[in-house]
Amino acid sequence: MTMELDVFVGNTTIMDEEVYQLWLDGYTVNDAVKVRMDGGVMEECEASADVLLSDTMDQYRTFQMCERLLHSPSKLGNQLLFQIPPHRQAMLIERYYTFDDAFVREVLGKKLSKGTKKDLDDIGAKTGVTLKSCRRQFDNFKRVFKVVEELKGPLVENIRHHFLLSDKLARDYAAIVFFANNRFETGKRKLQYLTFQDFAFCAGQLISNWTVGAVGEPADHQRSFRFYMDVDLDKEFLQELKELKVLITDKDLLDQHKSLVCTALRGKTKAFNEMETNFKNLSRGLVNIAAKLTNTKDVRDFFIDLVEKFIEPCRSDRWTAADIRLYLTHYNNSAHILDTFKHQVVWDRYMGVVKSCIFKMYHD
Amino acid sequence: MPGKLKAKIVAGRHLPVMDRASDLTDAFVEVKFGNTTFKTDVCHKSLNPQWNSEWFKFEVDDEDLQDEPLQVTVLDHDTYSANDAIGKVYIDIDPLLCSEAASVISGWFPIYDTIHGIRGEINVLVKVELFNDLNRFRQSSCGVKFFCTTSIPRCYRAVMVHGFVEELVVNEDPEYQWIDRIRTPRASNEARQRLISLMSGELQRKIGLKVLEMGGNAVVGYLQCFDLEGESGLVVRAIGTACTLDKLSSGSAPNTNTHMHPNTAPASNACNSPSKDGKEPVFGEDLTSSSGPPTPFRALPTTSSSPPPFSPSKPCSRQSSSSDTDLSLTPKTGMGSGGSVGKEAGPLKTLLRQQTQTALEQREFPFFTLTSFPPGFLVHVGGVVSARSVKLLDRIHNPDEPETRDAWWEEIRQEIKSHAKALGCHAVVGYSESTSICEEVCILSASGTAAILNPRYMREGCLDIGITDHRFEEPSPPSCGFCHIPYDELNMPFPAQLTYCYLCRRQKVPDVLFTTIDLPPEAAVTGKGCLIQARLCRLKKKAQGEVNATAISNLLPFMEYELHTQLMNKLKLRSMNSLFGLHIQISVGENMLLGLASATGVYLTALPAPGGIQIAGKTPGELSNEHHILTIQKRINDTIAKNKELYQINPPKLFALDPEVFCGINMELTEEVVGSPIPEPRQRSRLFRSHSESSDEVSELDLSHGKKDAFVLEIDDTDAVEDIHSLLTDAPTPTGFYSCNTEIMPGINNWTSGVQMFTSVRVFRLSNANLTNQGLNKIFTDLCENLLKSFYFKLRSMIPCCLCQLNFTVAVPEEELIQVTVTAVAMTFDKDQTQEKTADKPPTKGGSETEEQLQFPLELCADSSSANCQPTSKISGVPESTNVSSRVSSLERCSPLPEGRSRSLRSSRSFGGSSVTVVKMTPLSFLPGTRIIKYLGIINMFFIRETTSLREEGGVSGFLHTFIAEVFSMVRAHVAALGGNAVVSYSMKECMLMENPNKNQAQCLINVSGDAVICVRETDQEPTPSTTNIGHTSASATDEAT
Repeated sequence: MTMELDVFVGNTTIMDEEVYQLWLDGYTVNDAVKVRMDGGVMEECEASADVLLSDTMDQYRTFQMCERLLHSPSKLGNQLLFQIPPHRQAMLIERYYTFDDAFVREVLGKKLSKGTKKDLDDIGAKTGVTLKSCRRQFDNFKRVFKVVEELKGPLVENIRHHFLLSDKLARDYAAIVFFANNRFETGKRKLQYLTFQDFAFCAGQLISNWTVGAVGEPADHQRSFRFYMDVDLDKEFLQELKELKVLITDKDLLDQHKSLVCTALRGKTKAFNEMETNFKNLSRGLVNIAAKLTNTKDVRDFFIDLVEKFIEPCRSDRWTAADIRLYLTHYNNSAHILDTFKHQVVWDRYMGVVKSCIFKMYHD
Repeated sequence: MPGKLKAKIVAGRHLPVMDRASDLTDAFVEVKFGNTTFKTDVCHKSLNPQWNSEWFKFEVDDEDLQDEPLQVTVLDHDTYSANDAIGKVYIDIDPLLCSEAASVISGWFPIYDTIHGIRGEINVLVKVELFNDLNRFRQSSCGVKFFCTTSIPRCYRAVMVHGFVEELVVNEDPEYQWIDRIRTPRASNEARQRLISLMSGELQRKIGLKVLEMGGNAVVGYLQCFDLEGESGLVVRAIGTACTLDKLSSGSAPNTNTHMHPNTAPASNACNSPSKDGKEPVFGEDLTSSSGPPTPFRALPTTSSSPPPFSPSKPCSRQSSSSDTDLSLTPKTGMGSGGSVGKEAGPLKTLLRQQTQTALEQREFPFFTLTSFPPGFLVHVGGVVSARSVKLLDRIHNPDEPETRDAWWEEIRQEIKSHAKALGCHAVVGYSESTSICEEVCILSASGTAAILNPRYMREGCLDIGITDHRFEEPSPPSCGFCHIPYDELNMPFPAQLTYCYLCRRQKVPDVLFTTIDLPPEAAVTGKGCLIQARLCRLKKKAQGEVNATAISNLLPFMEYELHTQLMNKLKLRSMNSLFGLHIQISVGENMLLGLASATGVYLTALPAPGGIQIAGKTPGELSNEHHILTIQKRINDTIAKNKELYQINPPKLFALDPEVFCGINMELTEEVVGSPIPEPRQRSRLFRSHSESSDEVSELDLSHGKKDAFVLEIDDTDAVEDIHSLLTDAPTPTGFYSCNTEIMPGINNWTSGVQMFTSVRVFRLSNANLTNQGLNKIFTDLCENLLKSFYFKLRSMIPCCLCQLNFTVAVPEEELIQVTVTAVAMTFDKDQTQEKTADKPPTKGGSETEEQLQFPLELCADSSSANCQPTSKISGVPESTNVSSRVSSLERCSPLPEGRSRSLRSSRSFGGSSVTVVKMTPLSFLPGTRIIKYLGIINMFFIRETTSLREEGGVSGFLHTFIAEVFSMVRAHVAALGGNAVVSYSMKECMLMENPNKNQAQCLINVSGDAVICVRETDQEPTPSTTNIGHTSASATDEAT
């Protein structure tokens, strides 16, 4: 039947989660009807294709009308147009902001600009995500970025508060915002093996340890809000990292460090020989990364550097994850015993993050 | 100066961006009442302005308070050019005028613009201080309560039921005034909205005055309608039932003992025996004997070939006052249209006489808009009475004297009354009126159920008007009482087959019973009920003026006949024997007429089992034909058997002594079922028929329904083919679903808390011109069937569930369009206990209990089990298992409620810091599992929405979808602002859509109404916490804003 008009409006807004997902995934009405038919929903209630089509259209219209509200989720709670029970509201928001890991992996660390948006159809083709869904996800990233970019206070909290997301999703968004803001390079071939969740973990580490907000109450001179937030890395800390260079420039210190580590490791791992021979190289690598972080360019390359300077050599020597754990723990701790090494606090702040990032990034 | 209205503008939120440069808005508010306007300061550069204004005070007459709405306009300040309007809020302050309703209006209202829809929200506080007015000649009627609910409202007791009140006001439609050519669509829409708001305020005030005059304090079953007559004007009319209500103290259990007192005229009739009634001259002329065959609905076809519709009323114009120009065209069709000139003049003369005697006028019509009654009130039900009349519209010349329209309705009401008389009834219950307008033609319709009300109530009412607290001590009548025929057996107004009542075996009952009321709570029902619809399209030639009106009025009787036949067939197909809530709508378009009859079919235990449907061929010789007939017959029989199972129709073994009958009932329906257990009436019924025939002018089309035990359809007849087709195309409701168009579903009473009210609209465009009646019928039937299928699918998550008060409205908005609008509520119930009432028990002892039971499942459990255990059931025929099972289930029912219920009903959606009150809406007069503790006043809202960017808004579907959602939200906001949490007896009276896709334009008008209430969960014994809760909520809302 060709219907000129066909609407159904409930006092409590009726929403089918399955149809919502299809809508979010960017299916057209007709495709969604097909998917639903294949899903066997027709048998449930002796429905015909007409009924299914009409229902799908209704729901799509409802979602489109809701979309405006979903852009600022706090409005959904006190708008009057739709009567939606709170748990449904939460579901709508959570699903709307949920993204495909495959998609986000492609745009992670990229500038959330029009230029990137133009590439979305390529990304869509590559990841198998529909263009419509890509656009929604990209716009979500951008929207969240814009809102929290200039807000004081803890990033995750800000996201959770403004977008009413679950803790997990808020953390993921924090990672996306953090990566986009610092433009970390994630697209290089050598980094392809890393998943979004790997990066999200690392971002979490960086946010909670290397940003201004991470330290706690800001010092007085940092009161200007641009400083007290955890979207940006702590510039002072990055400066202080230069001091760590002494670990590789001072020959005595380097040897002392090496012998301390080797003593501790001896007999505890099969890879001991490789560790001993590579110690100087690996240590130089890690300390150099730290020393260079004052350059924005080098910040961007942080992850690629970790892979090139540390993870790849270890992998070629077939270290196990346990080896890495053992080595880095002792490498970190031994530095405390060095009498002439004065930068213990900075060292710990640096190594704590690097250690956990490498653990996460080292896939056996 | 009897009143002071105070308003305070607190804050706004989510305002639209009015200044593109700054992406912000400089908003201020104008508050207008009558001719006084106040303004707030401009709140610069904010989308969430905080005005926190002073109290604006209006000193006004209470007359104005009743008529006028408070108008709140939000504007964007512009230094250089004119200020832009953002939108408006109209606040009806009527609820504040009644001490028992709301005391303050406070809350967030959607800011509405007729072009852009909802644009943000505004927080407003409104209060009224009324001064005592001792002026006896006052024009206002403050304090009279209005209820849309068509039963005695839950927390009230009816001290007296005074009777029918009606009023109408007319005006020019602003849309058709000359000025409309130069003003913007927005201005025109707003003028219209405002005018209608004013008119309905005025109407309500005038009805209130009538109620006060009658000594009442409330109007129940208030039904207000708009007739947009286009060029000829705008009519707002209302009917209702005047009552004196007493508020029950909230703590005590609702007591529905009632003392009914219709005015003296009907009461005096009531004193006479029903059979004499007909001979009693009322207007000095013997109406019944002279007005031919005023028949109940079921005998309708007797009048279908009635005399030319124009002739009867022509003389009226001569006799009526000079202002009536339209009366020359008063063709009347439908029942009893076979009147001749002389009689028609009678009522009209009376009418004119009475225009000066309004008090007398009230007694004219013993009509009740109620559809359910206190137990014992309804004695006998005669059947459906209805009347239709086709009129040509003409410009209303003098809006202050709406005589023409009044006269039209008077005429129809007189007709209804005389039909009721012919049925031996002195009253009409479940009465309603409606119109259908197309260009200059208007069909006026009225229908109701002829009934005899308890004469004892009435006599006493007459004698002791002063005694208000009279208690009716007699045991309630047997559950079959209302089925017993009110008319004289020997002088039947129409052919029917009478049998002795299957319950009491003392009185006669008809074989089928059609009514417009709800199933009386005490009625004994077998199995479950279901929605039954008859649908019909008839093409007509396009014509103008009188020719058109004649064509329409000629078609009407045939349509009614066919609808009736369809209903009858479908009823039998479902093995049921009565219809409740029957509503027949006939809608007129330029080139077709649409007829839709909806009702809830029920198997009344007191009535005989319906016979089957038998197919007969005219040419028995042909073999192929025979075969064809056999196939159809088999299909029909199968369907009947299936339906019996589906609706659990297993008539109790009432006549255990009479094995023959017992067999008959359970017999396979392939054979003709002996419809009457008492062989004797058959011959006599023939006798009656001949009798009635002799008194009839026409009997050729006389119904076959009464003649035969089984219904015979002759297959050679094309009509019959069509009938059979439409019979068999009705898809059964999917498992887990039930549907009805009445308040309560017969056979289901254990509702759980799930409630989903919805509105659905479909418009179908007929594709080509060469459509036949049959093709159209098919399209129309499919349209309705598909709608139902859609509902079942959408609501599948609520299974087991019942769609109640399914209200279908059809319209022909344009030449090739058919519009169907449905409002209904889906309610969940507890499946395990559906068996309980299937084999209905005899009436429980206390009548008041019975009513309560049906509405409140929780109370029911305690009551019913105890009642069942009492040895009161003198009437046998109840399967014994019922008692036991109900007892067990009652225990279960007391167990903790399902999860959804654990939260308070008045829970607020709190999310992201703010909160919105959840407002439930239902077309029923109750919400399952809850108790209404306060009625806050009537909600009656009229909105217009227009767009010039139809495509951008998602086409006409997107446009209407948004609009309906907006209307819902505005209703909810108003209810919440009154402190309520639900709307009961909600209905969408009008949904008129006009579109012009080529111009990218559309316009829609919606009118909704209902009763705003506060309800608490059934289990909450103390209602007070909830009330204070409300205070908190509103307070917190304002706190938030400030």
